[in-house]
Amino acid sequence: MKNTLRQVFHAPKFVTGFVIFVLILLTMFIYPLVNPGNPLEMIGVGTFAKPGIYVSMYDATNTSMETLRLPDADDKRLDKLLSQTDRVSMIDWFDATGVDITGLDLSDTDTLLTLWNANYDPTVKPKGMTQAKRNYFKRLDASIKQINASDTLIVSDQAEDGTLTEVRTISKTDYVNTSQVANVKALPLGTDNFGRDVLKELVSAAGTSIQIGLIAGAVATLIGLTLGLLAGYVGGTCDDIIMFITNIFTVIPGFVLLILISYSIGQEQRGASVVAAVIGLTSWTWTARSVRSQVISLRNRDHVNLSKLSGHSLVRIILTDILPYIASYVVMAFILQVSSGILSEAQLSLLGLGPKTTEVPTLGLMMNWAMLYSAHTNGSWWAYFPVILTITLISFSLNLMNTGLDQVFNPTLRD
Amino acid sequence: MSEMRTRTVKDYSNAPLCLSGRGVTRAFGLGEKRKLAVDHVDFDFHEGEFVSIVGESGSGKTTLSKMLLGLLNLTEGQILFQGKPRDISTGRKQREYWKGIQAIFQDPFSSFNVFHKIDSVLLDCIHMRGGRHLSKEKKIEMMTEACSFVNLKFAELTNKYPFELSGGQMQRLMIARIFLLKPRILLADEPTSMVDACSRATILDMLLDLRNETGMTIIFITHDIGLAYYISDTVYIMEHGRFVESGNAEEVILNPQAEYTKRLISDVPKIHEEWDLSTVDLLRAE
Repeated sequence: MKNTLRQVFHAPKFVTGFVIFVLILLTMFIYPLVNPGNPLEMIGVGTFAKPGIYVSMYDATNTSMETLRLPDADDKRLDKLLSQTDRVSMIDWFDATGVDITGLDLSDTDTLLTLWNANYDPTVKPKGMTQAKRNYFKRLDASIKQINASDTLIVSDQAEDGTLTEVRTISKTDYVNTSQVANVKALPLGTDNFGRDVLKELVSAAGTSIQIGLIAGAVATLIGLTLGLLAGYVGGTCDDIIMFITNIFTVIPGFVLLILISYSIGQEQRGASVVAAVIGLTSWTWTARSVRSQVISLRNRDHVNLSKLSGHSLVRIILTDILPYIASYVVMAFILQVSSGILSEAQLSLLGLGPKTTEVPTLGLMMNWAMLYSAHTNGSWWAYFPVILTITLISFSLNLMNTGLDQVFNPTLRD
Repeated sequence: MSEMRTRTVKDYSNAPLCLSGRGVTRAFGLGEKRKLAVDHVDFDFHEGEFVSIVGESGSGKTTLSKMLLGLLNLTEGQILFQGKPRDISTGRKQREYWKGIQAIFQDPFSSFNVFHKIDSVLLDCIHMRGGRHLSKEKKIEMMTEACSFVNLKFAELTNKYPFELSGGQMQRLMIARIFLLKPRILLADEPTSMVDACSRATILDMLLDLRNETGMTIIFITHDIGLAYYISDTVYIMEHGRFVESGNAEEVILNPQAEYTKRLISDVPKIHEEWDLSTVDLLRAE
């Protein structure tokens, strides 16, 4: 046993998979300690806030300020305010009104603004330009003027009767230290459509999904192993009946069965563990068949005969003379079942047949919401891409562990 | 070995029957592929008799031995145990039957569960003989005795796994098992074919000792007619699932009647004589 374990932990593939999996598990346990709270709490009001660090503006204006005179501050401000689309539109205006812009660089904000201020005239009606487009240019011009005009902002307090009293003025050279601001929130993966912190949700969802995988894998392996052992060892009519049932379950596509069962259970009863059990109940056939064939090759071995001659009972022979010989195989099958359980949950949830949505996040549910709120079409990659990556990493690590074990237990597969 | 031959060959035909078969048949496969591995054989094994069943590979020896042990069902015919039809329909009856008949298998390397220690193999035997209540010291004493009977030291074997032993040692451990169980019938299925020649002599010696000590019937299955001649009282020659000849070892081997027996005998290599390979050529010509 000790020797086998040493061999297993020297197989590079197994170790790689194991390390990835353990890292995922560690993140699952450590992250909630660092960042406690309900992962389903809707902190954002809007949908899909971008990843980044969020500083409270209210607190920032109330924080003591320092004056920094940075030479490139104005340029940076302009760069940020003048979007790429605005710049392209400005070029369009120049083209339409016949301004010579040879040698103009789009990123050269200064020249662009000088040209604009010199040439823009809201009364000119270039040929073929719609009223809407001209209005757009008026708005653009107004906002450009604003950039140039305002040097200071006034923060004021609004009284109940609507009178404004100045609290403080903020000039372009005022800076606050983020560590002094009371509320700074880092959202490394932004928020999802409900305004939930995606990273926190993702960590919690990975945990739930692995639990679902483990339950589904355990259920499937237990059923498959029991039926496989009985069919293989007892044989005869018992084998015929069990294989008849197994074959029926094999020919019905498991996923269709899974969808039908999930649907008939109903949204209310569909907790994470129920979904896991349903996945386990529909995916045991593969294990049953392969365990059976392994057992058939074992049952006529001499050591089994010797055990029979020693008067051991059927249960004892199965548990001590058959099971240990296929244990490595069963462990490998279990790992694969866990992996496919996680994937099945994701597939089911994507179709909206996953666990009840209000209680726990799962990887599949996160994908489902991202899809329903068109995260993939509006460019909110942070709502689904990290989820895909997590699912991939989990099943990749499990499959890698399985391949590593296979190489240890099947010496013919070793390189 | 030759001195073994000098013992008086006893006539067992009047001894009480312990195992006999009538029309014992076993078929494998169905339809066109149906093949009779054992084809309507009759036999009578008497108490204390050393019986050899001799035949070439594929003649049905092992199938017959599995049926005798009750590990394989009969397609046809019946086996009588101590004169009465054998009944092993329930687990309890099977266990009762196996107290009376035990086996040594051909391949010692696959005969033991690699996950169990040697102690547990021997303890099982003591428990089977109803020794579960015995004190630990008594059990160790019994195991030590059994091991010393087969020239093994229990103190060296305890807490070891069977695969740590050599093939010959494992086969002797098998005999130690039989020594503890003391069954009425021992079925030895080519126990010497996987061990070297020196171990072979020791193992055969031990089997004969066992027989002399406890008076058990030994059914010895072998492909080696020379070996059978040296050690058995009665031989059954098996060809394609049938007994072609049977009787007193001396008579059958010195005066073979069946062609098959003659061929088997001529195939035995003899020292100081050129090996007669003519039968091989005949077979090739077929």
